[in-house]
Amino acid sequence: MNDMSPVQETLLEVRHLSKNFGPVQALNDLSMTVRAGEVVALAGDNGAGKTTLIKAISGVYQPSSGEILLKGKPVSFASPQEARDQGIETIYQDLALADNLTIGANIFLGREPMRRAFGILPVLDRAKMAEAAKTTMALLDFHVSRLDAPVSNFSGGQRQAVAIGRAVYWNAQILIMDEPTAALGVPEQRKVIQLIHQLKAQGRGVIFISHNLQDIFTVADRIVVLRRGVQAGERRIVDTTHDEVVKLMVGG
Amino acid sequence: MTSPPATDPVHVAPQADHAAKALTPLQRIADLRAWLFLAFLILGFEIWSRVDFGGTFLFNPFNIQSIAVFAVAPLLLATGQTFVIISGGIDLSMGFIMGLAAVVAAHVINWATPGMGLGLAVLFGGLVAVLVAAIPGIVNGLLVAFLKVPPFIGTLGMFGVARGVAFLLAGGTTVPVKNDVFAALGNGKFHGVPYIIVVTTVFVLIMHYILSQTRFGQHNYAIGANAQAARRAGINIKWHLLRLYVLSGICAGVAGVLYAARFSAGAAQAGEPLLLDSVAAVVIGGASLFGGSGTILGTVAGALVIAVIQYGLVFINVAPFWQFISVGVVIIISVLIDQAQRRFSGGRQSE
Repeated sequence: MNDMSPVQETLLEVRHLSKNFGPVQALNDLSMTVRAGEVVALAGDNGAGKTTLIKAISGVYQPSSGEILLKGKPVSFASPQEARDQGIETIYQDLALADNLTIGANIFLGREPMRRAFGILPVLDRAKMAEAAKTTMALLDFHVSRLDAPVSNFSGGQRQAVAIGRAVYWNAQILIMDEPTAALGVPEQRKVIQLIHQLKAQGRGVIFISHNLQDIFTVADRIVVLRRGVQAGERRIVDTTHDEVVKLMVGG
Repeated sequence: MTSPPATDPVHVAPQADHAAKALTPLQRIADLRAWLFLAFLILGFEIWSRVDFGGTFLFNPFNIQSIAVFAVAPLLLATGQTFVIISGGIDLSMGFIMGLAAVVAAHVINWATPGMGLGLAVLFGGLVAVLVAAIPGIVNGLLVAFLKVPPFIGTLGMFGVARGVAFLLAGGTTVPVKNDVFAALGNGKFHGVPYIIVVTTVFVLIMHYILSQTRFGQHNYAIGANAQAARRAGINIKWHLLRLYVLSGICAGVAGVLYAARFSAGAAQAGEPLLLDSVAAVVIGGASLFGGSGTILGTVAGALVIAVIQYGLVFINVAPFWQFISVGVVIIISVLIDQAQRRFSGGRQSE
């Protein structure tokens, strides 16, 4: 019942991944795939291994065994930077933005474009950053006019959109979103769900971690349930119910 | 069935930046508060001096020049301090690094003058003094960036070390300099403008450029606001902090050299009273001690506010101790405005 019709290119494949911290087996022989334009939800109780799994995929941890394939090619990341360079971007729930900077400056943080004033003096190319911010945010259907405002002026959902916009601008193929809606109010959660639909429509792969089954059933195509470091089950969203997922999560 | 990527989901256009309101006039005024303070102060002293003895405060070129010369050393310290405070740190060692640089400049120029001649000795001595000032900066940077010592404590330790070394090098006294070019640098004028003001202006403009137009400056703001975000964005925070504290050491070094030039002597305690003035200038200039905000131009205004208060009170013949009270009150008002502004514009995390 796990087999899916392979209509889309497989972006990411995790094969038999294990990770142990000393004697603690955090992740045991886990396999999963993410296709282009697909949202895969990771569900599981606290300590089930969701975070370990995404950290292994995003280069924070090196897996103890198993392999990760990106578009069919085996990869290994020594750092999150390397994973990001290959198109795997993680959006953290605590919003990794510098609040005092503009949207553009956040998108380009650490990779700021420069231009030459008067032909000699290198200065930050703020016009380019603002332009990129405008087009990127429009791509996510967020139409922003005040590009010179610091992101602290924006609401939680908009700031989440900026974080996603940064990933989109740098052409991330796989976005890992760790509880993207956890810190938000209900209207804001809906906006983020909309954003995930946008990413899907652009053919990107999304790994979506949430405790909120409502959100998972709204946005995901498939759900992978973890329990104590092993895969407890994988279902297509259309084939499953809340009750079944909860049973898989708690066991029994 | 999985929805194919081409299907457009139910489309609800998210509201655009409805939460981002344009700055209100009040906020704009709050942003410029240091310059407003300055204008009010000058106006106040002008009125006072006209009423009291029929003279002018502002339109006396001697006053303006004196205030500017007065502001030079605190301003040089404050430019470096602005960078450090924006990053969320503080550099308490700057005052004695300045003293150390003044003593080193005096010794080296005295030593080099017979061999090198007047001009070259000044250049050499100044360079050596600034390089020596960078050493405690390196130590501060290593402590804060690599050994995770809180900036307040790390630089407080360096405050003591620099102080001791400066006094030891000076032999516990001031070191007179015998070099006419150096004295001219400290007291001469270029088309009526003192050289030290020219040097300071150029230096401050360079610092303004670094803070507002380079990646180093941009990363400095990001680190002050959210070091975690900066790290995730791939910024090398340790390397940045190291360079940051070296930069503030260099600022203190330049201040020390100019001090020694102005008085033709190096004194270990040259910067002692200036450290807190420099922090005050940064805060009055609109920076937050929590990091993430501040500008060099604001700091210039802050340094001028302090200099105008100190000079103005002497000018209108008020007991000098009122200076401390006035500067203190201005600092408190600045911080209150800053916090009020934060309440109004910031903190909009969710709706």
